[in-house]
Amino acid sequence: MLDQALAALGTLLSGTHLLHLLVGVGIGIIVGILPGLGGTAGMALLLPFVFGMDPASALATMIGLLAVLATADTFTSVLMGIPGSAGSQATVMDGFPLARAGKGRQALAAAFAASLIGGLLGALALTGFVQIARPLVLMFGAPELLMLTVFGLSMVGVLSGGNWLRGLAACGLGLLLGNIGPAPATGHMRLTFDSIYLSGGLPLVVLALGLFALPEIVDLLSRTGAIALRAAALRSGWLQGLRDTLCHWALVRRSALIGCIVGAIPGLGGAVVDWIAYGTAVQAARDKSRFGKGDIRGVIAPEAANNAKEGGALVPTLIFGIPGSGGTAVLLGGLVLIGIQPGPRMVTQDIDTVYLIIWSLALANVIGAMVCIGITPLVSRVTEINYAILAPAMIAIVMFGAFQATRNWGDLIAVVLIGVTAFVFKRMHWPRPPLLIGFVLAGGAEVYLYQSVQLYGMEWLGRPIVLILIALTAVSVFFGARSKVSTETGVDSGDGLARRPGRVAQTALTVAVAAVGAAAIADAWNIPWISRLFPFVVGSAVIAFAALSLLPEWRVPALSSPGQPVFEPRNVRHFGWIVGLLGLTAAIGFLPSVFLFSTAFLLAEARIRPLPAMAMAAAIIGVLWTLGYALTIRFPAGLVNLWF
Amino acid sequence: MTDPRAIPVRPARWITFLAATAAMTAAVTLPARAADFSGETIEIIVPASEGGGTDFWGRFYVPVLQDYLPGNPTVVVRNMGGGGHTIGGNFFANNAEPDGLMLLASSGTGHFNYLLGDSRVQYEFNDMVSVAGSPVGGVMYVSGDLGAESAGEVADLEGVTLRYGSQGPTSQDLLSFYALEQIGIMAQPIFGMGGRSDARLAFERGDLNIDYQSTFSYIDNVQPLVEQGDAVPIFTFGLLNDEGVLVRDPAFPDIPHYGEVYEQVNGAPMSGQVEEVYMSFFTAGFGAQKLLSMPAATPADIVDAYNEAMLTAKADPAFQERREEVLGPYPQFMGPAAERMKQIATSVSPEAKSAVAEWLAERFDATVN
Repeated sequence: MLDQALAALGTLLSGTHLLHLLVGVGIGIIVGILPGLGGTAGMALLLPFVFGMDPASALATMIGLLAVLATADTFTSVLMGIPGSAGSQATVMDGFPLARAGKGRQALAAAFAASLIGGLLGALALTGFVQIARPLVLMFGAPELLMLTVFGLSMVGVLSGGNWLRGLAACGLGLLLGNIGPAPATGHMRLTFDSIYLSGGLPLVVLALGLFALPEIVDLLSRTGAIALRAAALRSGWLQGLRDTLCHWALVRRSALIGCIVGAIPGLGGAVVDWIAYGTAVQAARDKSRFGKGDIRGVIAPEAANNAKEGGALVPTLIFGIPGSGGTAVLLGGLVLIGIQPGPRMVTQDIDTVYLIIWSLALANVIGAMVCIGITPLVSRVTEINYAILAPAMIAIVMFGAFQATRNWGDLIAVVLIGVTAFVFKRMHWPRPPLLIGFVLAGGAEVYLYQSVQLYGMEWLGRPIVLILIALTAVSVFFGARSKVSTETGVDSGDGLARRPGRVAQTALTVAVAAVGAAAIADAWNIPWISRLFPFVVGSAVIAFAALSLLPEWRVPALSSPGQPVFEPRNVRHFGWIVGLLGLTAAIGFLPSVFLFSTAFLLAEARIRPLPAMAMAAAIIGVLWTLGYALTIRFPAGLVNLWF
Repeated sequence: MTDPRAIPVRPARWITFLAATAAMTAAVTLPARAADFSGETIEIIVPASEGGGTDFWGRFYVPVLQDYLPGNPTVVVRNMGGGGHTIGGNFFANNAEPDGLMLLASSGTGHFNYLLGDSRVQYEFNDMVSVAGSPVGGVMYVSGDLGAESAGEVADLEGVTLRYGSQGPTSQDLLSFYALEQIGIMAQPIFGMGGRSDARLAFERGDLNIDYQSTFSYIDNVQPLVEQGDAVPIFTFGLLNDEGVLVRDPAFPDIPHYGEVYEQVNGAPMSGQVEEVYMSFFTAGFGAQKLLSMPAATPADIVDAYNEAMLTAKADPAFQERREEVLGPYPQFMGPAAERMKQIATSVSPEAKSAVAEWLAERFDATVN
């Protein structure tokens, strides 16, 4: 075993393999930094080149890319509050407040160190696990997956910002949004309102960008200055970050373990692993007061977990031919293209290939983290730039990222609509993470419950792993109920006492949330019971939790002041810019619109002189065009296409 | 294409800049000269997201078109997933010009939605001409614990519930349920599977006891189970030969195809409505599982150029080798043969269509959207 492992390392270090690994790492870092582009898009990009390569080089390139995505996606999450990919949403929670406090470098260094260690632990787990994993993975059937889903949902407790009724209502809303599309059992459409776009379900990337990125952009624009409220901390910030990660060694280890396990069990999906790691970090912490306001542990936990996840996800990919994440799904196809057939024979006949994959994974993690730490000082400067100057590029990147979800106009419309709604949520202190968790777990919650009952009746409740998971969930709920953590990141935290919109606005939003629940019930009224059950139960729960959450609102005496308006005039104006970009794109296509929009925005909002404004706008579309060309990516087309 | 540095630097000149851009674009998109694709970009619309079988198939043809079409054009894949493959299919229907510069890589899912008359479908296969097509095989197998060695023995089992993991009654599993029912096997559907691989995993766990896998997945993951006695193949879905006749799958010459099993159980070969439904849905889902098509209005010289390129590719040993590695041991339908397959795969009589719809409603409470 050891000689085979060493021989594989020899192969990797010989010839051009290392160079191929570096190419993969380089592309992975770029794809990871860009919001909206994740493992799936990155891997698909490589496929045409994989055809002609020798298997070892092709493997090195693909694994190199896959390994560093979860490292590089941290940049935008921490520095701009925009989730860099589905796996680093939770990093935004504490990473962005740290950047706002001028500690962006420290947060990034801690994140990369955690990513590095998590990635190595993931590779180690793959080494030890791959030979014996088969029976273990087979122990997780529908009932176990259902309980894992429920365990994931129990994280809502600590992520509800201290108002668990609203958290549950928001989670229910997420479950309903995750239900959009054909019902799994009978194919009846639910909540699609005859839209073809929605008939395929709402893409996760679109929801995540709308939920977190757009509200943050508009909120940041409403105050002048840079992202970092305080001048950047000492140059040694990054050393402090490394120290932070090493000091929280136990947290890194536990989060990496969570990442490996969730990754290794096919069926849960990788998008929730960062939230589970974050949630457990909060539950286990003695002092929870800083979470959501800039606690370094809130950065370390999700980052260690999402890198470890890839090692875990390779277990089912290699031994069952069943991918554990979006990126490994494409990898699976890539393996077939180079003549490697994943399956049970992999660990017997192709064990040297497995070792090659493991070494590539480990090496790519090390190189990726070092490159990211190396470019941190440069990249973190963006937090010191006046945000009005950054905003057009941010808005264009978010739109570009959202459009990559299905390359459909629906993506753009959906991301803006969700963005406006999420802004209202943010203003009203309604927690958004529970909504996202509900959305990610919606499919599993319904399907696995249905399958469990179909296959085992009520006996499924007595299976040993199910019992263990029930106990874990109970512990999680217990800790969740005791903690009060602010999950509303960003602007308010720097503001001292946050002002809140008045009672009428709060009530209106709550009624609107309940109305969505009612709409889901009405929408499913006439379809067979098996497809109706889930929207009925969740819709009713949403109505109930929303109604209950109004009670405390009306019990306290109303404030004498009418409260802050939900949309201030400048917020409306800033959203107007975004809608304007959308409208212009519909007319003349994306790139010319971004040019005109950026120029106008920089002139009007950032008060930059025309010449530099146009130069900057040109630079933005130059970068976008280059990316689009290099990644063979399409831009949204307008009625008249002035450009592509 | 456009150098960002070329943007005019004097303020208020962006109108000039836009006009220049527009002029450049117009120059680039002049209509294609007949049957020469030099400098052209051909786009393959893949109506599924990156990484799936349809995407791989579409990407497989990228170098083929680049190498064998006159003028060696640039070929790019454009993934447009969602809506059960209807979003990409509709985009193609509404945007493809008859100039050979946009192709649709369709597959079973899109074919089934079309055959069933899904209301989301705006594409019309009668308005397309296919230039390449690929079959895929599938093997139905049962758990070794049942002790049955053939489809007939499975049908005769008593007191056993046969559980089949499905993505939904209107998915490709429609054919499985229909075919099994015709030979007396009433499988209980366990819906909500994310794909065939989910069902295979559930089979390995013992949650399911009947399942089918397509060729590669069967060879890599099920054959080891068969060798251990944990799984028993009962039939393949078969393969259409060039004349459109159902024959044994060349990847599994020892396993009887569905037509043989049907005759064995029922004492007579398939005929009438059963044959019509099986053959059209089989061709849509297996026999011509993947099709590469362009608008039927495309001028003959362009279609001919494609057909010739495909036939040249087929004769090239280098292509053959790569094809066998990626697409399996099946003959590819190139040129006019692909068009013939498309016609079988996408035509079903209104009577057969309504019979299937009734059967879906009766057996699964399911509806076609």
